[in-house]
Amino acid sequence: MVKPTRVTNAIRQLRFHRGEMTQAELADRIGVTRQTVIAIEQGRYSPSLEMAFRIARVFEVPLDDVFQYPDEEPG
Amino acid sequence: MSFEEKRSWIYAALAVVVPAVYAAVVLRRLAETSAADVAYVRPLIAAIVAAMVLNILANIVAGMFSRREDVDKKDERDHQIHRVGEFVGFHVMSLGALVPLVLAMTEADYFWIANALYLSFCLAAFASAVAKIVAYRRGF
Repeated sequence: MVKPTRVTNAIRQLRFHRGEMTQAELADRIGVTRQTVIAIEQGRYSPSLEMAFRIARVFEVPLDDVFQYPDEEPG
Repeated sequence: MSFEEKRSWIYAALAVVVPAVYAAVVLRRLAETSAADVAYVRPLIAAIVAAMVLNILANIVAGMFSRREDVDKKDERDHQIHRVGEFVGFHVMSLGALVPLVLAMTEADYFWIANALYLSFCLAAFASAVAKIVAYRRGF
């Protein structure tokens, strides 16, 4: 599948380290649907900056620990 | 599947099924008489009303088989996908509307003008729904 965004994330790992937090629980905490959390995790949706900050706040980590963007531009 | 995606599937299905039934009815009549004399107004109104009623009913049924919180919740991704769908639908409608415009300019029968306009509505609705489904499935 073609990834529509180059932004990657570590949400799955962060959920794991947070006592196996479920996608539904994370969705409730940030006020979105579970499908949106799934889409973000799979790289099918790039969240708004505001939502990105809300996700980082849930995990109590800096934004960079949740979302990454590749240094090199696509060729 | 989110409830909003289910709604898009319903919309896409109705945008195909209802016009197809309408076309079957009208084309049969068109085979028997000229375009100027075809009784298309009642079937056309019935098709438009039926699409609206069926859409409401299908959404109610889909809601009954979905979790309550899924039906109520609509987030920023849903809003963005909705905008993408409306954007696509608008452009299809704009292009499609050129056909009835040209037909009116060339003084074609009302039958062709009305049906070309209806076809534009249906194509726009279908394109809009498909764009939303693709956005939900593949991302954007």
